[in-house]
Amino acid sequence: MNYHFEFGWLFEYYPQIVKGIAITIQLIAVGAIAGISLGIVCAWVRALGPPWLKPVVAAYVELIRNTPFLIQLFFIFFGLPSLGLQLSELEAANIAMVVNLGAYSSEIIRAGIQATPRGQFEAGASLAMTPFETFRHVVLIPSLQRIWPALSSQVVIVMLGSAVVSQIAAEDLTFAANFIQSRTFRAFEAYFVSTAVYLLLAILLRQVLGMVGWLIFPRRAAR
Amino acid sequence: MSLIEITDVRKSFGDNEVLKGIDLDVAPGEVIAIIGKSGSGKSTLLRCINGLETISKGSISVAGAQLLDDEAHLKALRLKVGMIFQQFNLFPHLTVGGNVMLSQMVVKKTPKPKAEAMARKMLERVGLSQKFDAYPDELSGGQQQRVAIARALAMQPIALLCDEITSALDPELVAEVLAVVRELAAEGMTLLMVTHEMKFARDVCSRVVFMHQGRVHEIGAPEEVFANPRTPELKQFLGVH
Amino acid sequence: MIEFTIWDILRNLLLATRWTLLLSLVSFVGGGVVGLVLLFLRISRRRWARAVAKYYIELFQGTPLLMQLFIAFFGLGLFGIDVPAWLAAGVALILWSAAFLGEIWRGCVEAIAMGQWEASASLGMGRLQQMRYVILPQAMRIAVPPTVGFSVQVIKGTALTSIIGFVELSKAGTVVTNATFQPFTVYGLVALIYFALCWPLSKSSQILERKLNVAHRNH
Repeated sequence: MNYHFEFGWLFEYYPQIVKGIAITIQLIAVGAIAGISLGIVCAWVRALGPPWLKPVVAAYVELIRNTPFLIQLFFIFFGLPSLGLQLSELEAANIAMVVNLGAYSSEIIRAGIQATPRGQFEAGASLAMTPFETFRHVVLIPSLQRIWPALSSQVVIVMLGSAVVSQIAAEDLTFAANFIQSRTFRAFEAYFVSTAVYLLLAILLRQVLGMVGWLIFPRRAAR
Repeated sequence: MSLIEITDVRKSFGDNEVLKGIDLDVAPGEVIAIIGKSGSGKSTLLRCINGLETISKGSISVAGAQLLDDEAHLKALRLKVGMIFQQFNLFPHLTVGGNVMLSQMVVKKTPKPKAEAMARKMLERVGLSQKFDAYPDELSGGQQQRVAIARALAMQPIALLCDEITSALDPELVAEVLAVVRELAAEGMTLLMVTHEMKFARDVCSRVVFMHQGRVHEIGAPEEVFANPRTPELKQFLGVH
Repeated sequence: MIEFTIWDILRNLLLATRWTLLLSLVSFVGGGVVGLVLLFLRISRRRWARAVAKYYIELFQGTPLLMQLFIAFFGLGLFGIDVPAWLAAGVALILWSAAFLGEIWRGCVEAIAMGQWEASASLGMGRLQQMRYVILPQAMRIAVPPTVGFSVQVIKGTALTSIIGFVELSKAGTVVTNATFQPFTVYGLVALIYFALCWPLSKSSQILERKLNVAHRNH
């Protein structure tokens, strides 16, 4: 093999790489915050919500969980304009992330809600709280705490999955790698470096989620 | 005038009729012990009074508030009646103070400083003012149950329902919880308690209700019921021959 | 301009679905074999073996499948090998699936109570015999639902191979869209076909898991 690895170009394309990383981080930040919020709402509907709404949410969750993220993205970016909904690359990517993580996290959170001891609901009720107040103030936080490790893993999976948004020309980290590859024809170095960055981001994201958990769950409450 | 009026209450789970027509009137300040074998329906009766179970037939009212199966009526009723559970059911993610303050703030919209003052007062009453910032899993079972009592009291109910509140406790912790209940009784709180503590029932209660197979089988003052059980079922239950 | 009926579109997509299915099958089976090797390394008594498996799994679970595909596709070319898309797709998906399956199965083996190891050891069994006769038969029972569940991830994962030019269902979707200018219909149909492939597997995974839980509760 007479290929010479060269990483000197990294400096030249430094701005592209940084921009790519920033967009990937932005995507997962929005995806995680809005996606988990959507997941909480959907989990509430499926576990405790009005009966007529349950099948609607169930259909959404099943549809998303059983189709590739790439196709969801294409459908949103290429398909929705024919319904008159024109989105920019970044808007489409953000929406796809939220919709995707919303479905996955709702299933995880629902499992946490269902593991709540019945006495917690009864204690809330006996204190004159409505079912929703009981969910909001009594059930939700311990439920999230119970499933936080699984939820964190899912967020990391979705972050790694975000690499495909480059396919609708959202300028994330993978887009930067592709761009550099097409300019320099140094495919291996470009993908090697961006893969390493993704690995680093995944490790960092785990730490951040661990810290968030440490902040919002004051105590060992899972039982 | 009765505070709690229970009229011909029936409750079925599927084909199984657990309550077969219960009539019971409770006057203000009365302390009533409900005794009986497991499966006699005593816990179900208590849970019906707080709307945790919906009744199949009959009516229950507390200080004029009817038990009806909609959110507004349930809320009105539960604001008048507090409940203490066998398993304490404290909220594990909140401190002791947080547990006692939560429903005041959420349900009654009490501002935080007022809710906190009330919580401290109620914790003082059950002898746990120094545990305000502790979490439930740092407390003994007896302490947790006393917090649960403070939590119910903070809503200023006019009656308390106690569902076997000492049954999950280690024997040496029972006394501290019963002491709190005894004090509440002395202060004139209306109490309905399902209990296995016969000595306590004899000492503190104004009336004893013996339930058997979903009915009120015997009822009367404790000295009567314990000293002169009339029916063979009660005799057997009390172990007198 | 040629008019395309829904049937024209659907027929083209379904023809491409064959490749999605074949690639999924190869990846799943190949990933299972490599995953089994990983499992044995991961629970080995040799420290280096456990470390190798651990870092392998962390690497493949901690980086995007798309990057793994790119490296397989472009990277192997550096060694003078001309890599066709199907080969890169197969290799990357097998290695990726192996990491997840190895980790899922390790969890199942570790869920078997310590007493089972001790009891079989006290009967004089060697490590391999313990695995073969005592641990694996029990672990396999609880491994079925999550393994079936992961097959859904494999099918969805194959969609990414369209990006390196392997013509399967997703790539066919793009090709047909470019010919028909009906992205809404085409991608909608593509999604429905994936759903038809994946949903029965998801559902059976759930049902199997529920059955297993009920069986456990009755013990």
